[in-house]
Amino acid sequence: MSDLLSVKNLHVAFGSNEAVSDLSFDVPARRTLALVGESGSGKSATALSILRLIEREGGTITGGSIMLNDGDGTVDITALDEQGLQRLRGNRISMVFQEPMTSLNPVLTIGDQMSEVFIRHRNMTKREAYDASRQALDSVRIPEAARRVEQYPHELSGGLRQRVMIAMALACRPKLLIADEPSTALDVTTQAEILDLLRDLQAEIGMAVLFITHDMGVVAEIADRVVVLRHGRKVEDANVETLFAAPKAAYSRQLMAATPKLGSGSPAAPPPRGNILEVSGMTTRFKMRGRMFSGHGATVDAVKNVSLVLGKGETLGLVGESGCGKSTLARSVLRLIEPASGTIALDGNDVTNLGREGLRGLRRHAQMVFQDPYASLNPRLAVHELVTEPARIHNLVSSCDQRELAAELVRSVGLEEDVIDRFAHQFSGGQRQRLCIARAMSVKPKLIVADEPVSALDVSIARQVTDLMLELQQREQVSFLFISHDIAVVERVSQRIAVMYAGEIVETGPAQSILNDPRHPYTRQLLASVPRPDPARRRRLGHANPAAPSAPVPRAGTVLFEAAPGHFVREDAA
Amino acid sequence: MSDTALPVRHGAANKPGHGALANLRGIWREANWIQRLALLIAAILLIIAIFAPLVAPHEPTAQSLIFRLRPPIGFDRFRDGYLLGTDELGRDVLARCLYGLQLTLALATMGACIGLVLGGGLGLVSGILGGLVDDVIMGAVDAQIAIPFTLIALLMLAVFGSSLEVMVLVLGVYGWEQYARIVRGEVRKLMQMPFIEAARAAGASGGRIAFRHILPNIVSPLVVQFTLNISNIVLLESTLSFLGIGVQPPTATLGSMVGIGRDYMPTAPWIVIAPAIMILLVTFAVQILGDWLRDRVDVRLRNR
Repeated sequence: MSDLLSVKNLHVAFGSNEAVSDLSFDVPARRTLALVGESGSGKSATALSILRLIEREGGTITGGSIMLNDGDGTVDITALDEQGLQRLRGNRISMVFQEPMTSLNPVLTIGDQMSEVFIRHRNMTKREAYDASRQALDSVRIPEAARRVEQYPHELSGGLRQRVMIAMALACRPKLLIADEPSTALDVTTQAEILDLLRDLQAEIGMAVLFITHDMGVVAEIADRVVVLRHGRKVEDANVETLFAAPKAAYSRQLMAATPKLGSGSPAAPPPRGNILEVSGMTTRFKMRGRMFSGHGATVDAVKNVSLVLGKGETLGLVGESGCGKSTLARSVLRLIEPASGTIALDGNDVTNLGREGLRGLRRHAQMVFQDPYASLNPRLAVHELVTEPARIHNLVSSCDQRELAAELVRSVGLEEDVIDRFAHQFSGGQRQRLCIARAMSVKPKLIVADEPVSALDVSIARQVTDLMLELQQREQVSFLFISHDIAVVERVSQRIAVMYAGEIVETGPAQSILNDPRHPYTRQLLASVPRPDPARRRRLGHANPAAPSAPVPRAGTVLFEAAPGHFVREDAA
Repeated sequence: MSDTALPVRHGAANKPGHGALANLRGIWREANWIQRLALLIAAILLIIAIFAPLVAPHEPTAQSLIFRLRPPIGFDRFRDGYLLGTDELGRDVLARCLYGLQLTLALATMGACIGLVLGGGLGLVSGILGGLVDDVIMGAVDAQIAIPFTLIALLMLAVFGSSLEVMVLVLGVYGWEQYARIVRGEVRKLMQMPFIEAARAAGASGGRIAFRHILPNIVSPLVVQFTLNISNIVLLESTLSFLGIGVQPPTATLGSMVGIGRDYMPTAPWIVIAPAIMILLVTFAVQILGDWLRDRVDVRLRNR
């Protein structure tokens, strides 16, 4: 089989930094090549170079060639002028980006944006282009395509927007589709749909796909061939089966070991010593902004009648997709958002109605770690001020002992002592998250609420951070409420799991019981959607169509029913 | 696959135990030529302004009608002892420039500081509290923008009389709404940042959040606004002098000298040119140093 795209000895540099060095690979026609690597590995730089969009990002191709051979003749993309590139982009090669929320222009309707492609590359009239857009939306299985062309991007969900992006990218039936982390920003169930869709469309159109991802699970699902990148260099280039069966490069092995796998076991349950956190019947309500003359705005219950308990020295993993209310639940537990009803007890003390002073006491014992390690550290404070801040707020440390405490804290999270005079921007993402954990630990809390603490990190770094959390739990007996959309990560750290759906906890129990014997339809769907890092066991659910909410939206007020010892599930699903 | 540290540059700014002199030397070393020029100009202006009574060759108000409208050194009819010539009343332009510089710098600095504290404070309160307080303060800002400031200044000076104290007050009020808007915008943006929520989750009080987490993060735009404000105040002061409601003659300010000297532009341009150059130098130094200061207080830009 001939190669559609041949990249030979590619060098890409940003200023004096070489982002990609001496990279060669081939994309065979009608096949999927996955470029895998962690952040900074040069995978996006490579993708942008193929479309020559790299110049816009301030990079330059300093060497090598990119040959496209799609039957209409062979061209060297590195030698094309701007006009030639415009004919190429969107027509013979097109691209889908990671962020469906920002890749569409918010002030134009879907139809306007899609028809532009047809008008530009196919010389259609406006009316023809609209019809073509409707068909294109149909072809990516968007329900009610006729209505969607009239809609604006904000009226569509993330999954639908990504489908629109794919429809636009495929409008001209390109020979090569470059997909840059197209499913990373999506929920795992939506991700499964998008991956299925891409596979179906690839067969229909007969195009090659260059799939860029950091997720070995996704690679196993979709790729035929895999190129592993690290620091801009190729470390391995193999068929997907070969790679997963016997990875040659040490780095590939490390990457695979760090990838969270479902079914790799949970930590052992600590001896029962009573509960640190008891939440019962908690509801958190948001006011929608009212229309101008309509009086009171409607309200939305983000968290509905949730009850949960967390034992001392235990980790409860809270799983659910975006918008299910898990972050609201976390903040309500700490009363950063005021719950509308229900009770919260920390270590046996009711904290539901504490006043300002009482809340300070609550925060002495319950701390929080946030998702975005870049934004959750004040950029103007030095590390020794940052990590000791909670301790100082609660007068646990005098200003002369502050540096000592800071040194002790950064040591305990595995950083060198001499970092305490640096500022947050001088650290990598993983190190920043360590600092966030150190900050939370500074008051020796009994409970840490961690809201997606590793979602923004590379898998290997995420692994180190979760290992650190497990270690801290062993040493300090701290309890974690660990929130994540990634059930495989949750399994690694949690003794017990609670599954959240549409603001309610639909299933909760010991981690292994939930994973091996899921009772609620949503839990089953969630587990079935998780990509498995094993190409031999490709999940094929055939749900390229967007799922109608397959799990019933829970009726309020239903109680949980004990399906197995300690394993509770909503009564209507049991 | 290690979690590698980003390169860390240790710079003079990070090291403790520096003397003031060593610090100055460090500042000088890292400045580029235009910043050095601005530093030099600023130093000279400050020194001659502070020591105006010692430097000035004459009393600024001493008139000598025989030697009216004499040109500066190097021109015909130059009169010994009057380096920059004399004005329409035979007063020494150099002396008036020096005293004028002193007063102008004092007025502008005080005015800009009052504006900073007033506007910045209101903006901070507005941004943090939100709600009704925000509506009221921002309403006042809109009103301030809608009404020409000269009108407000005229009114205030007419009601309270044009003493130096009132003048400081008027100049202080000038520009507060810009501080307020900038600060409020920045504060509202920052309030959404996770590190503010992190501080709340740690148990920090409102005051702590305002002064420890928010203020340091809005220093950059404030510094820029402050420098712009100083230049604007110098100009406003000259406008008011020109309208005859500024600092009253015979007291010299740079603005009033330009304003009054305007009538003699065709015949005796030096009366205007000398103070105008002073104004230019002041604004130049302030702007360059302000930009530089903004970069230096930003820890993210330090040592680059």
